[in-house]
Amino acid sequence: MRHWIARQRYLIDYTVAALARRKAKNAGLLAVYTALVFLVASVLLYSHALKREAAYLLQAAPEVVVQKLTAGRHDLVPASYIEKLRDIRGVRSVEGRLWGYYFDPLVAANFTVMAPSDRALPAGSIAIGEGIARTRGAAEGDVMAVRGYDGALILLRVAEVLPQSANIVTSDLLLMGETDFQALFGIRPGHYTDVTLSVAHPREVRKVAEKVVLLLPDTRPVLREEVLRTYEAVFDWREGIVLTLLVGAGLAFAILAWEKASGLSADERREIGVLKAVGWETGDVLKMKLWEGALVSGFAFLAGFTLAYWHVFTFSAPLFAPVLKGWSVLYPDFSLTPAVDGLQLASLFLFTVVPYIAATLIPVWRAAVTDPDTVMR
Amino acid sequence: MLFHPAVMALLLADALSLVLLLPAGVFAVRLLRHWDLKSGSARQINLERQTYLIATVLGFVFLVQILSLLLLVFTADRLAVQFVGAMCAVGTFNVNPFGFPALFLKLALFFLAATWLFMDHVDNRAPDYPLTRVKYALLLVVLPVATLAALVQLRYFLDLRADVITSCCGSLFTGSKTVTAELAQMPPLPAMIGFYVAAGAVVLAGLHYLWHRRGALVFSGLSAVAFPVAIAAVIAFLSLYIYEHPHHHCPFCLLKAEYGYVGYLVYLPLFVGSALGMALGVTLPFAARAATLRPVMERVMPRVVATATGLFFLLIMLVAWFSWRSNLVLL
Amino acid sequence: MDAFIELRGVRKAWNEGLPNQFWAVDGIDLDLARGCVTLLTGPSGSGKTTLLTLLGALSRPTEGRVRLAGEDVSSLPERFLTERRRHNFGFVFQQFNLIRGLSVLENVMLPAYPLAPPHGELRARALQLLRELGLEHRSEARVEWLSGGEAQRAAIARALINDPPVIIADEPTANLDTHLSMAFLAIVERLKAQGRTVILSSHDALVSEAPVVDRIVSLRDGKVVG
Repeated sequence: MRHWIARQRYLIDYTVAALARRKAKNAGLLAVYTALVFLVASVLLYSHALKREAAYLLQAAPEVVVQKLTAGRHDLVPASYIEKLRDIRGVRSVEGRLWGYYFDPLVAANFTVMAPSDRALPAGSIAIGEGIARTRGAAEGDVMAVRGYDGALILLRVAEVLPQSANIVTSDLLLMGETDFQALFGIRPGHYTDVTLSVAHPREVRKVAEKVVLLLPDTRPVLREEVLRTYEAVFDWREGIVLTLLVGAGLAFAILAWEKASGLSADERREIGVLKAVGWETGDVLKMKLWEGALVSGFAFLAGFTLAYWHVFTFSAPLFAPVLKGWSVLYPDFSLTPAVDGLQLASLFLFTVVPYIAATLIPVWRAAVTDPDTVMR
Repeated sequence: MLFHPAVMALLLADALSLVLLLPAGVFAVRLLRHWDLKSGSARQINLERQTYLIATVLGFVFLVQILSLLLLVFTADRLAVQFVGAMCAVGTFNVNPFGFPALFLKLALFFLAATWLFMDHVDNRAPDYPLTRVKYALLLVVLPVATLAALVQLRYFLDLRADVITSCCGSLFTGSKTVTAELAQMPPLPAMIGFYVAAGAVVLAGLHYLWHRRGALVFSGLSAVAFPVAIAAVIAFLSLYIYEHPHHHCPFCLLKAEYGYVGYLVYLPLFVGSALGMALGVTLPFAARAATLRPVMERVMPRVVATATGLFFLLIMLVAWFSWRSNLVLL
Repeated sequence: MDAFIELRGVRKAWNEGLPNQFWAVDGIDLDLARGCVTLLTGPSGSGKTTLLTLLGALSRPTEGRVRLAGEDVSSLPERFLTERRRHNFGFVFQQFNLIRGLSVLENVMLPAYPLAPPHGELRARALQLLRELGLEHRSEARVEWLSGGEAQRAAIARALINDPPVIIADEPTANLDTHLSMAFLAIVERLKAQGRTVILSSHDALVSEAPVVDRIVSLRDGKVVG
């Protein structure tokens, strides 16, 4: 064992010296390699952080949302339904929600409008998300005009700008009182957009949902776990598409790695011949060359990963955010909570280092089997 | 579910392994026909040179398999949230009939590659390379297993569809099928007895060999038996002790941070110990027939047996320790 | 005295199986004794260098047998042939073949890397050899900065680092002036005095007339002619 380690140390010594001697040649490859690791790692880290963010948000969401369907379309839920739902065993609480989207022609963006149940906003006053405040240039105390369902102009006073928090969705939020909401969208009193149920025991969620459908056949319950599942799948899919687009880059890199590894200069070829002639064996040269690949890979992996970490968690991934986030037009400024796990590291390794090693294996071997007597020919 | 990043990484790993292994298969056939160490002909010298490449390729495939085995388990665990009824990796593997076979084939490939590398290691120490033909015949076994492993895994992922909300009827009745979240398992007591007996037998056989230099094959056979028994034991009782939950029989969650990564601690000695034992067992009957390998085996075998015995002993200690430390009372 | 290296009916083909195949070494029987200085001589293309690679276990014969210290090495695979070469031969090449970018000391230590001796020990041994060859003051210099004579002495130190019983030198005086060639022959004498076997190839009259040479083997067209 000691002997084995000593031997690897000598081989590493040699290969470090060899790398240092050919700085110019290796720097280019290293830069491209690092860039590739950076790109892939950014995609992986960013979408993973987004997924975590979504899951985190959904934790606060109700277990079940019940929507009414009329002719297969989403319809308003009458208040009488709420009473019926309250009777289902296992349901802890039932709440009607009023929410919707408002398209603001001024900034050409959709706002999420809600009448919150946990805070009463007096008529004529609203609370707005940081994204709306930013794009409309509105501050506390300002008056914001919106156009109602019937075309009438409604003036609302901004009572509060919601603080920017770590989550995505408050950015485009517009909160108002129930009466303002009804006036804005022309909703009859006693009707709700949908109904939320909170269920006491997580194991009963599916049971409760089944009862809802039996009790109110014109409704559809949407479970939190299903939403989460869908988010996951959608984010994964987006991530996969972006990675597929990077396949071209990966392929180009593999070809470059192959080229670099097989395009030995006459000098390098002679050097390997000398090593063989003075008593190195094919296996020694092979190991030395594999160490070279490992060192280059290790450096590129660490550097690329560190850069990606900064890119994603300090600068919020400006390169990929538009493709991966796919949220509304009002992107909130937020920084993601750093999250790294074995899955990402192993994927990243398989996407970058493994193809590099695979691409250089044959060229490296070809160099290593140089005949020892070449130096005498 | 081909557009999942980890799935793409796994498929890429398989594709790369196969791209390197298939030419190795062609080479193996050529070698089996023309190998003649006595000859100094250009063809023989070329064959000898290519054996270096093949060994390197096998080493590469071996390392990639270890990595992709881990990644497959991580991925299954991560994907569990997308399937109704799946609580963790077990559920995801149960989503379709190709999940567990894909995992088993990867395991088989791991052990085969380990055996090949061990045989190569031994063979390279005798100047007449007496195991060369056996080695390349074994390579012709590795190749179809690797191909099958790649295909089954591909099929598994192709058939994997998340239970997502669809726009029309959206809700839960599209996904009314749920997957089995747990594995079939033995009752704890027989599993416990089985594990301590099997692993104890390996340790005893190892010690017997180290003292008397006899019975290495018995040792190998026992370590090959101990592997599935130990896995069954993890499922039947060790997992319960570690999760401190009477019904969670998952051999994969052990690898997660929530449980302090104890899975690595348990699986590392188990996998390395079993791989050494099995590799030795496959190599031994062939090596015994080559006179030049006798001194090599005399040097290598005690080291291998001592290492594997030590690892199995460590495994027993670890399992006993986790069982004892647990707050869960099973028996 | 027993022959240290024994060649029997040795042939080596170049471009084997191709239309331009030819036998660079064509049926040579040769015994080389321990502790002798042997000179291979002959016109260029006579097979001197190829024969040196066969004697020094740098290549395997296409046909025939090579025995080294009583062991048949002609069909040893590379892994083992290299092993024998490491322990038995040190090479001094015509172009010296030092590795550029490394220091003299590192170049000298290079052949010992695969044997992985403790680093301090190896370094001390290398410095000792450089001292004996009067090159200690240049040990940290990069090899590009060496003069021809210095480069050759560095190459000799490298050849001796694993303490081999046989030193093989290919056209050692081809790149040296008379003065340095004489210095080289003095070193050969010292090697011989240490009990080492030396095999030289050269068509330099200075070498063939040197008193240190015990035996001259003349080659022509891959065959021994005297």
